[in-house]
Amino acid sequence: MARLIVRAGLALLCVAATLPAAEAANTIRTFKSVDVDLPFGDRMFPDGPGSDAINNNCLACHSAGMVLNQPPLPRTTWQSEVTKMRAVYKAPISDEDAASIVDYLTRIKGAN
Amino acid sequence: MRMFNEALCRRTLLKRAGIAGLSLLSSSALADDAIDLWLPGGVGTRAMTTAFPDKGRMILQRTRPPLLETPFETFDNDIFTPNQLFYVRWHWSNIPSNIDADAFRLTVHGHVNTNVVLSLRDLLAMPAVDLVAVNQCSGNSRGFFQPRVPGGQWSNGSMGNARWTGVRLKDVLDRAGVKSGAVAVRFNGLDEQVLPDGPDFMKSLAIDHARDGEVMIAYAMNGQQLPLLNGFPLRLVVPGWYATYWVKMLNDIEVLDGPDESFWTKSAYLIPDTPGATMTPGETGVKMVPINRMVPRSFVTNLAAGARVTAGAPLELRGIAFGGDTGVKNVDVSLDRGATWLAASLGADAGKYSFRRWQLSVTPSRGDQAIMIRCTNSEGKTQPAEANWNPSGFMRNVIEITNFVAA
Repeated sequence: MARLIVRAGLALLCVAATLPAAEAANTIRTFKSVDVDLPFGDRMFPDGPGSDAINNNCLACHSAGMVLNQPPLPRTTWQSEVTKMRAVYKAPISDEDAASIVDYLTRIKGAN
Repeated sequence: MRMFNEALCRRTLLKRAGIAGLSLLSSSALADDAIDLWLPGGVGTRAMTTAFPDKGRMILQRTRPPLLETPFETFDNDIFTPNQLFYVRWHWSNIPSNIDADAFRLTVHGHVNTNVVLSLRDLLAMPAVDLVAVNQCSGNSRGFFQPRVPGGQWSNGSMGNARWTGVRLKDVLDRAGVKSGAVAVRFNGLDEQVLPDGPDFMKSLAIDHARDGEVMIAYAMNGQQLPLLNGFPLRLVVPGWYATYWVKMLNDIEVLDGPDESFWTKSAYLIPDTPGATMTPGETGVKMVPINRMVPRSFVTNLAAGARVTAGAPLELRGIAFGGDTGVKNVDVSLDRGATWLAASLGADAGKYSFRRWQLSVTPSRGDQAIMIRCTNSEGKTQPAEANWNPSGFMRNVIEITNFVAA
């Protein structure tokens, strides 16, 4: 425990050593151009009624993980999420597919 | 990489010190490649990822567009969050992955005397300022809302603290010369909407706020150029305000002579216009306003939920606090469910918008225990005992409770 206390003390000292200077120490003189690869995330929604509709309409904008990480939510919430994607973000989803997607989400992520 | 070594050292130190094992610091890791965030009602397991450029091992909330959460143990190491572990959040997936530093230009236009086009070299030639400030997602901790709400299901790690270096926004606006009658300033970055008719991500600040001399355009974060995923090469820094305003890859500044009627400022990121931004689930007719200033928060960083410690022995607790839109006045700790509070000692003050360390030695008695941490900011605003609720999961700042066992 004594060592822990010593360590906490050291941590505070380190913080003190990096306190802001009155004037900005401009450490940057040049910038390196950036060229990177961003992962795409090619996971698909689990098979089942409506999986074609959700795979075909939703994955253009976002990976499936966003949806699969959601908690169970009521059907009305899923309905308003799908409506928001169409009305606000202008996802070109047909009425028929939108209904299938709401059914799919309610089936795999539904709550009362 | 420095972080990982430090964590290793700390664990070794703890083992040698022979205290209640590793449970004090044990993260909720299920395995090397997954973590359980213990969100109420479940669906809290997330993959860990090292697949993103210039990022270390992050909690994967979403691959595209990226939502990457900072592992919470990071906050135990330092009040500064390392760039490679700083959380990431994007709205649209059209993010340039290739930016030429020499060709990049920032444009200032709109209700100004002269349009101005600045290179990164031009910005380096201007007076530099720096500031330590917390950047926190509006929806940080959304995963703890009950009832649960849709959105990025963050634990407490969509926040970070960094030293930002750059130029004053005011100085840049002055170069263009803001015309009288200007009302707002709108900020746009290089990222674009995927769907042609979808709303490009832009945010605005009121003209007086934009010219307050504190809002800045940062080209460095913790002394280094920004990682692409944190907004290389330029990011707006709006101290004390939620991160939605901190526009990344900033390349366009437009001075407006009327209010910004575009989607992301007017219709998104809205909170109930009530104290604490709270309302009742299902309540209708609540006036909504754009989210704005942050509120105080505090966390213990060296005691995991469910940890086992030695009863009757001193327990050195430590953590971080921030005041929101102003500094930390005090941090108090309760071991009796809020009946009495003990004042923690505060670490060095890196500025009023920064994280601040707190620490306190307590001696827990045998049995099930709970620690509560409460930050009061220098304007006297303190954390509430009851969690707020709103349909977007914004502005959580309830007093945190960590259960543990003293045996």
